[in-house]
Amino acid sequence: MINKKVASVASAVADIPDGATVMVGGFGSSGSPIELIHALIDQGAKDLTVINNNTGNGEVGLAALIGNGQVRKMICSFPRSSQSKVFPELYKAGRIELELVPQGTLAERIRAAGAGIPAFFTPTTVGTILADGKETREFDGRPYVMEPWLKADFALIKCDLADPVGNLTYNKTARNFSPLMCMAATTTIVQTRKLVASGAIDPEHVITPGIFVDRVVEVSEPVHEDVLIAAQRSYP
Amino acid sequence: MSTGWNREEMAARAAQDIPDGSYVNLGIGIPELVAKFVPDGREFIYHTENGLLGMGPPPAEGERDLDLMNAGKKYVTAVPGASYFHHADSFSMIRGGHIDVCVLGTMQVAANGDIANWSTGAPGAIPAVGGAMDLVQGVKKIYVITQHTTKTGDPKLVEHCTYPLTGPGVVSRIYTDLAVVDVTPAGFRVVELAPGITFAQVEEKTGAPILPAEQG
Repeated sequence: MINKKVASVASAVADIPDGATVMVGGFGSSGSPIELIHALIDQGAKDLTVINNNTGNGEVGLAALIGNGQVRKMICSFPRSSQSKVFPELYKAGRIELELVPQGTLAERIRAAGAGIPAFFTPTTVGTILADGKETREFDGRPYVMEPWLKADFALIKCDLADPVGNLTYNKTARNFSPLMCMAATTTIVQTRKLVASGAIDPEHVITPGIFVDRVVEVSEPVHEDVLIAAQRSYP
Repeated sequence: MSTGWNREEMAARAAQDIPDGSYVNLGIGIPELVAKFVPDGREFIYHTENGLLGMGPPPAEGERDLDLMNAGKKYVTAVPGASYFHHADSFSMIRGGHIDVCVLGTMQVAANGDIANWSTGAPGAIPAVGGAMDLVQGVKKIYVITQHTTKTGDPKLVEHCTYPLTGPGVVSRIYTDLAVVDVTPAGFRVVELAPGITFAQVEEKTGAPILPAEQG
């Protein structure tokens, strides 16, 4: 019988090796899987490539993972914000790599990987420096830029409800990149606010079908990044 | 004596050009003010890139939901009839031509409709593009709201952008503190002057040839 439940965030992330590519769900603070990220800090894997829309805020969550020296390269669309300081300092010091990807292209590259489509053409970046060196082709008289799929070894995801077969629902705009990342990673690790019985989520309401999920761990009162930052917390 | 439009008047003027029932994406800054000036009898449906169609105003004090944000990472509300979706669906709405109007701020806009609003290209600056390049290529009409000149008096309406482009030839109309300006095959053309502003003043502060409003 399928049961993807794991006992703790520590055991959920225990096998992430040095050098892994890790997708992290969330857009800014909303949907950020803080407990899984902190477990990865405790676990200590290094030389990671991390895919997220941003680079974290304050000194908790993704920013703390970067600040702990575990990330070699970030792939994101918007690497700075009013509350991000860890990444900008490392970047200016030349101690972390950046691959800048427009937000819609980032989403579609992740989706394409999950969908088994190795590349696609998009109008985004046509005529800009972000298209330099990329293949372009005309369709119906308009130029488009080829973009490759973006895969990962692991995805760290926060959801609202999950069942033992891995069906997921999310809360409002905390959904963002997470359903795409669940599809694109070899191993998808999910923290859920509530683990419910199979059948408790109406099949019509499932957002991520369980086939895209490998491990589910219940974190019943997840902390929100904004709350930690308001309290000036840091991790570890 | 009135001299030009302030930020709110610029936003109100732009709102007048958005048809009833439009799906609208508003950039950060002055464009956000457009939502305060929906003309009587019209309804706009606001899209925000991080997965919400039907975005409402900021929440009342004490009623914010930490999982309900806009693309500028500010807390918002959802109106009746709103929907949530993931990022690939959100950018399908943008890239697929389903959003009618996008109102953006800018650093520079050129006479051929080129826009540069994501990077100065300065060495050492951290590049950050977000969804700007997707929006300018995918949304049906791109409107720009901007001061006519920079804080140091340099023109923002220019012959050619000197900053790295966000997209080429995409802007159709510009709302500044001095005028409403169209991008036409013949270059910039004034549509309307702000109160107390003369065409000669606009021409002087524009970094490219500009045509007066068509008469009649």
